[in-house]
Amino acid sequence: MKYVDEFRDPVKAKVLLKEITQLANTIKEQKSYSGKRPIYIMEVCGGHTHSIFRYGIETLLPDTIELIHGPGCPVCVLPMGRVDDCISLAENPKVIFTTFGDAMRVPGSKKSLLAAKANGADVRMVYSPMDALNLARKNPEREVIFFGLGFETTMPSTALTLLQAKAEGIRNFSLFCNHITIIPTIKAVLDSPDLQLDGFLGPGHVSMVIGNQPYNFIADHYHKPIVVAGFEPLDILQSIWMVLKQLAAGEARVENQYNRIVPEAGNDVGLNAIAEVFELREFFEWRGLGSIDHSGVKMKDSWAAYDAEKKFSVPAIAIADPKSCQCGEVLKGAIKPWDCKVFGKACTPETPMGALMVSSEGACAAYYQYGDLDKLEAYRIAAAEINHPESMPS
Amino acid sequence: MNMMQTSKKRHGKLVSPIITLAHGGGGKAMRDLIDDVFVEAFNNDALNTLEDQARFSLKDLANHGDRLAMTTDSYVVDPIFFPGGDIGKLAICGTVNDLAVGGAIPLYLTCGVIIEEGMSIETLRKIVDSMAKTAREAGVTIVTGDTKVVNRGSCDKIFINTAGIGIIREGIDLGSDKAQAGDAILVNGLLGDHGATILNARGDMELSAAIESDCAALHELIDVLLKAAPSTRFIRDATRGGLASVLNEVAASSKVAIEIIEERTPIRPEVKGFCEILGLDPLYLANEGKLVCIVPAAEAEAACAAMRTHPLGQHTAHIGNVMENGRAGRVTMQTLFGGKRIVDMLIGEQLPRIC
Repeated sequence: MKYVDEFRDPVKAKVLLKEITQLANTIKEQKSYSGKRPIYIMEVCGGHTHSIFRYGIETLLPDTIELIHGPGCPVCVLPMGRVDDCISLAENPKVIFTTFGDAMRVPGSKKSLLAAKANGADVRMVYSPMDALNLARKNPEREVIFFGLGFETTMPSTALTLLQAKAEGIRNFSLFCNHITIIPTIKAVLDSPDLQLDGFLGPGHVSMVIGNQPYNFIADHYHKPIVVAGFEPLDILQSIWMVLKQLAAGEARVENQYNRIVPEAGNDVGLNAIAEVFELREFFEWRGLGSIDHSGVKMKDSWAAYDAEKKFSVPAIAIADPKSCQCGEVLKGAIKPWDCKVFGKACTPETPMGALMVSSEGACAAYYQYGDLDKLEAYRIAAAEINHPESMPS
Repeated sequence: MNMMQTSKKRHGKLVSPIITLAHGGGGKAMRDLIDDVFVEAFNNDALNTLEDQARFSLKDLANHGDRLAMTTDSYVVDPIFFPGGDIGKLAICGTVNDLAVGGAIPLYLTCGVIIEEGMSIETLRKIVDSMAKTAREAGVTIVTGDTKVVNRGSCDKIFINTAGIGIIREGIDLGSDKAQAGDAILVNGLLGDHGATILNARGDMELSAAIESDCAALHELIDVLLKAAPSTRFIRDATRGGLASVLNEVAASSKVAIEIIEERTPIRPEVKGFCEILGLDPLYLANEGKLVCIVPAAEAEAACAAMRTHPLGQHTAHIGNVMENGRAGRVTMQTLFGGKRIVDMLIGEQLPRIC
């Protein structure tokens, strides 16, 4: 495939991997590098997590580097209470509830949208908010609600659809807004006391909208390198290489590997559309991470007629995450998915308990489905040796 | 109500342009529908005896082989007409293939239809004619059937069930538990066409990819394969769940590890592009004219060469092997990029990712 195969070239990958291995060794030999642990690099975005597993990138990297799979899967971090609100909206017989496909399986406190659909709710999968608006045009006697979720990547398309709806005077269309913002979330991860990270791969598609400047605080204040990365396997390897170059030189800067897509200052049209429709919420609840200040957006008061939360009543009851679920610690890189007590046992992609098992972009689901389970076994044994040396067979 | 309760083959009594509940009521309207649409199209001696059941001579059956194979499948595809086929063609090819992959020569099929009231007779006729044509080409006879009409909303336009009987050739013993270390894994062509076509034809996407369903009866190709590689261990048509699901089933049943190589796995660029956009994995897309077979290494080359001489096997590829080592039940893929990943069973339905 043109414009795709070029970024999946195994010959180029070999060259990069050789340099990555050498750089990692150099960094580990430096006096300033603390401890025996591998170099931890977090990919913030779920799209990266998906690519990493799909192309087996972890199986190619040396043991000196470990990727920590961050909080950037908007489907995963959706709290149960919000899913319950979705279901309550969808069960209104007047409503056609439209959603992106992978949100269908996310469990609420009682059921998922997929189960609500089976029980008779009119839930329809769409590929873009414009498809939802089209449904509103075709069904003037029904109320069409679009379940808006995602980071800044999907926000502009939602905002532009609402602007279009208003311009056409379409009255039976509204948004259940669950859009979230990336920067406060990265900050929350960085402020967590049990954090051990050496650098970041920045989210490529979010950055296409917001540009690179918003990440400056990561370099300036927290002194961690961040490289905004593309999603093809060579993009990811090159970005890891760029993070390591900075670490080896003792630098912390914001760099843009994905410059074929990401403009330095972001996308004006997208940003203007967002600003016209949305404003920050004081706080937003994340599954696994709890409440994070200014991490979500809501619709401005002037858009009340298009705001499903104002147009319909939603229960809005916060539901605590299951106690046994350790998604929060996995999201912050404090533990590995397989260290969680319920991973692969009570919590599987078929019966997800925690957020990270829900979407294929979730770190746990990715490990469960694509992961190198032999490597995982080895980790498990090594971890047990460190923690309980007496219980290991000699 | 059996469609063969009616008298000898009759013509042209149907007056209503659409199917109503009366056509399933057991009375004259139903008899007219059966005569005019089904018997008219399927017309054959076994059907025209018009009993409640089809009857076969055991002696004749035994001429084909030494074991009877029987299967059933229901077809509920939406949309009912799609590029490369329709629900009628699918209902014949699918059941023929289910027999053929067991090493059977497919002979007789049944046809049960459940129709939603309101379907036009013209549409029904198109579907039934397509079934008749496909069956004729595949050399199978539709020998008995059943028609039901249900209220609007009780089914989606039309559901078809076909059961089939075939005879297994002597000496052929295929099974998902028979794969052995060193065996070769072959597929007969480009994967994922049917799944991509159906998703595309549903129109949600408004992508105008030029993809057609691969819907085809595979029994002739299987005949070619079994002649070239008589020690073939296993054949399966890679329908719902795609290649990945078939391989996982073999790996589990045979307690072996399987490795496939992405570079050798044939997928049309259009299907690859379609999957890229939607975030789907072509290994899990349905096929309706693709088989996976496992043959001993010694017969792999002969099997490939023979299959490539058949129109349905032109793109036959040796995509991987049953491994000497590795964890039993595990399917892995060497990625184009040089990494390795697990190819697991599909959980639920494949849902497109949002970003």
